Formats: sequence, C-alpha cells, structure tokens
Amino acid sequence: MNIIVCIKQVPETTEVRINPETNTLIREGVKSIINPFDMYAIEESVRLKERFGGKITIVTMGPPQADAALREAISMGADEGVLVCDRAFAGSDTWATSYTLAGAIKKIGTFDLVICGKQASDGDTAQVGPGIATHLNIPQVTYVKKVEEATDKSMRVERMLEEGFEIIETPLPALLTVVKEINEPRIPSLKGLLRAKSSKITMWGQKELGLDPQKIGLCGSPTQVVKIFTPPQRVGGQILKGEIPEIAAQIVELVRSEVN
Amino acid sequence: MDYLFTDEQKMIKELAHKIAEEKVRPAAAKYDISEEYPWDVIKVIAESDLFGLFIPEEYGGMGVNITNLCLATEELSRACGGIAVCYAASALGTFPIVLFGNEEQKKKYLPDLASGKKVAAFGITEPEAGSDASAIKTTARKEGDYYILNGLKHFITNGGDAETYTVIAMTNKDKGARGASAFIVEKGTPGFTFGKKEDKFGIRASSTRELIFTDCKIPAKNLLAKEGMGFIVTMRTFDMSRPGVAAQALGIAQGALELAAKYAKQRQQFGKSISSFQGIQWMLADMATEVEAARALVYSCARAIDAGAKDVSKESAMAKMYASDVAMKVTVDALQIFGGYGYMKDYPIEKYVRDAKITQIYEGTNQIQRNIIGLQLVRDAGKV
Repeated sequence: MNIIVCIKQVPETTEVRINPETNTLIREGVKSIINPFDMYAIEESVRLKERFGGKITIVTMGPPQADAALREAISMGADEGVLVCDRAFAGSDTWATSYTLAGAIKKIGTFDLVICGKQASDGDTAQVGPGIATHLNIPQVTYVKKVEEATDKSMRVERMLEEGFEIIETPLPALLTVVKEINEPRIPSLKGLLRAKSSKITMWGQKELGLDPQKIGLCGSPTQVVKIFTPPQRVGGQILKGEIPEIAAQIVELVRSEVN
Repeated sequence: MDYLFTDEQKMIKELAHKIAEEKVRPAAAKYDISEEYPWDVIKVIAESDLFGLFIPEEYGGMGVNITNLCLATEELSRACGGIAVCYAASALGTFPIVLFGNEEQKKKYLPDLASGKKVAAFGITEPEAGSDASAIKTTARKEGDYYILNGLKHFITNGGDAETYTVIAMTNKDKGARGASAFIVEKGTPGFTFGKKEDKFGIRASSTRELIFTDCKIPAKNLLAKEGMGFIVTMRTFDMSRPGVAAQALGIAQGALELAAKYAKQRQQFGKSISSFQGIQWMLADMATEVEAARALVYSCARAIDAGAKDVSKESAMAKMYASDVAMKVTVDALQIFGGYGYMKDYPIEKYVRDAKITQIYEGTNQIQRNIIGLQLVRDAGKV
C-alpha cells in the first residue's frame, strides 16, 4: 500500500500569540514541531505499512526549515520526504494550499491512500485535507478513529462524530483525516533517526510542479482575513444541584431570567 | 557544560530524554508502588534501539560504546532510577558475552538482547559472597558435554524477568578465585528456578530475585572463555559496567537537582519564593557543582574506555564511587529543600533518596571501590 501523508510544521505552543496589526502569528522564539494531529497520520501510515507493506511519502509545504519535520516523520518509519517550497506559494490559504499539495501528490504519481491530521493546531480550519481530496477528485473520509479493514482496493473505517460513530467503506485511492483517538504515535528509533539524518529530501517549487499561477500563493487564495483575535476566556459555568425535577425547574427559571 | 558530544551522541541523549519524559516519568510512581516489572516501558526503550548501545553492530546492535550507554542511562535515571536499572542491568548481563563469548555464543544470544526482545542478568552475588566474591559456593561440575550447576545466587537484578543469565560458578574449588568459571544459562532450563522477590527500599520498579540451581544441566558450550576465567570475566565486566552505574547515580542526582530548583522557585514562604534566599541558592549551587564534577568524571572515564584505554579499573571505580556519593548527598539535600512536603510520598523527591542509596552499594560497595583505587595507587607508587 503506497501512502502519502501530508503534514504541517507549526509553532509548539498552543497559546500562539497574534500580531494585532498584521493579523499574523508571531513565530519568533517559538519552537517548531509537527502539527500534533499529523503525528497520528504518520503513525497510522507506519502501522498500515507494517501490515501491508508499501511505501510512505511525507509531503509538506513550508519554508526550508520544514525539512526538520520531514526528517522527524522519516525517523518514525516513513520512507521519503517531499518539501514543497517556493516564495510563489507564500500567503496561501487553505484552498491554495490544498491545490498546491494536490499538485505535489499528482507529481508523486501512484498512491493508494492519502492521510492527513484532522486539522492543524495553529489554524484549526480542518479544510486542507478535504481540499486535497477535492482537487484530486478522490473520496474522502474525515475524523477517522479506526481503520477496521483494508485491502488493496477498499478500506473500512470508523469515523468519530460528535454524537456517535459511523462506519464507512470507501474504494481506494482515498483520503483520510484522522483524530487523536486512532493511535499513539511512537517514539522514533535510533536507527530511524540515523536514517532520517542521512535521507535526501526532495524539494519541489513552482518550476517543478508547473501549477496554474492564478491558483497559488496569495493571489490564488480567496480567503480574506478580516480580523484575527484571541477569543476572550470563557467565564466559569454554573453547577446546579438537587434532584432532576428541581434542576429542571431551576433551568427553566434561569432561561426565563436570561430571556427577560 | 558542553561535553562536545558527537551528533549521534546528542541524538541518543535527546531520544533517551524523550523516552524518559514521555514514558518513564509518568510511570515511575506506579511501578515504585506496585513493584511490577515495567515491561511496557522496557518495550518502548527496546523499540527505540537503546538496548543496541552495548552490542556490536554485527550482532544487531548499534556498536559497543560506553559513552552512549552512559548518556542513555543518565537520561532514563533522571526520571526513574528503578526503570533505568532494568535497562542497565541488561547491559551488565550482556557484557560477559560481548567481551568473552565465542562467535557461536554471540550469534545465538546477542541479536535478541540488542533488539530488547530479551533482557539479560548477571549472577555472581550469593548470601555468603557479597564483597568477598571469591567466597561463592555455587558449583559447576562437568559431566560429558554438560555442566551441572548447583547453588544459590541472590540479589540478582532482572532475576526472573531476564531470559539470558551470565552466572559465575566454581568449577574447581581447590583453586580459589582461579577456580571460578562463567556460564550462560537460559531461563527455562530444567533445574533453574527463582526464589523470592526482594521487597526493596528503592529502585522498586526493578526485580531482584534469587536464582536457584538444582542439578541444573547446561550444555558445555555455554561456558564463557575457559574454565577458571570466571573472575577475570567478572572484573572486566565490572570495568565496563561501572560507568553505567555511575551514570545511573548521576541521572538520579540530576533529576533530584532539577526538581529541587523548580520547587524552590514555586514555594513561597515569608512572602517570597524560597529560591530568593541565599541559603537555598547556596545549597543548589553546591548540588549543581557536585553533579557537574560527577558528570565530568563519568564521561571522562567512559570516553577513556571507548578510546581503548587498557587499565580502567581505578578510573571506573572513581566514577562509580564519586557519582553515587554525590547522588546520595544531592538527593538528601533536594529533599531538604522540599521541606516537610519532600518527606511525603505525594511528592516525587523521597523516591530519589531511596533510589540513590543502592548506587553506593551494588556493583561493588563504595568501600570496595576505594580498595580498588587505593590498591592501584599503592601499586603505582611501588613502580617508581
């Protein structure tokens, strides 16, 4: 099974600070890591490779230092890394990013499966995975928490929804986005780290990918960021105590007072 | 201090640090209470190839390198001295095969020990033979193509959980120390059973059991080196493994120091952080200086061994003795900084005191280490 995993390098802290004037993330002084959700995607690809054999190619779009993220993925068991890197791609929103990544995946060629984390911890959009599937015109299954069965032609997976689970069978090739419940990412091995250190990372820019210039980078990005801000902290809730009928009455009273 | 480790060594240190923080530290209290063997953590250490650090590449390891072994042991010990010793004791049990095994023995035993699929243990100590190792009573009698082992080993780290044992037994009692031989004994060999598991003061995640040999018949080809080489095997093994014990002590001391410094910053008394008091700062300064001195000694010694230095008994004894004495002092001082809270099991620091104590005792008490150092000094003085 040939698998492509799309990952993103993100700032380590979950408390990303925002520059209020430029509406961009303040990255200075913050260590970069692989988006935590993508770690589950990498781990799942390695587990599938251990079961079915094949090859894992990791793809990321980002600045030259995203090379480190690809090497970390290789240390966990992936085979190759592709860094999609070009100033022409700068300023991409989720639509342009997914178009560009889909272009890189097409250039890689044959594959059975694409796996992404459900969303990135910095942007939190959860749009790039579905976007890639759309650009590649392949089926997508989001929020996957378990791969139940797989053959070279199809795959049965369990999706995690807010109110329960869904079991879906999809033909391959397909794209999955995975949630943290799917596995526990492994700690790399020393052999893996040494292999990652000496691995050659493929770098592709616009010249290699030959994408539609109107669909990449800032000009290919329809998203307009009007304002970006840290939401105010939620104030603590109220806990109601007593028997159920008493609590019900209290709720009715509270709703009434809010409405009035 | 920058010890100018190679990129590969920094990689090993970072990897062991990651395992220590993500897998060892969260499990430390649990195994300290339950005294179960920490198989789940050992599996992670194994999958990360760290068991390969004391085994040659041609047998599936990463190459024998004492500095690398010390780096891994120090980092693991920072988080839990008990879990770390399960790892380090496998190195101790493996060294006799690495150093004295023939090709057939190495091929048979080392790959599974390198992958961590199996762990090893070393058996010399007996109830009547602690520091006086020459007093061992376990015998190995040759009968055709076999040796028949009889006797009792005790206080054996990894005993019962290890699959591969290197055991010292007397093949010729009349020859005293020159009558001892080293053997490889596999778990499950008829006549080889385990006695009680010890209830210990510290390093409780590790198992310590008796090994009981009752007409235990092992193939003659399991003899390491030659008959009569038992104590040479032991001494050479200890020369290699002592820096590991020193690194364990160093890791425990470093871990305790870090916890104490962090606690001192948090703890408020008299309206301010106790870390603002000179008394506390001076304690931390002394602790940190001693830890750094121990580290310098441990890695100097490890590097000397890796560089092929011939006679390292004195230096490895110094490293083991000094690092473990520092560990004892630093952990006690760290607990003092925690005050009353430190005495309670709700806080992790009292475990460091308990874990540190054994490093002054096993693999040769610190008094025996001083004998080794003293003897060498006297010998050297005689040469002039």
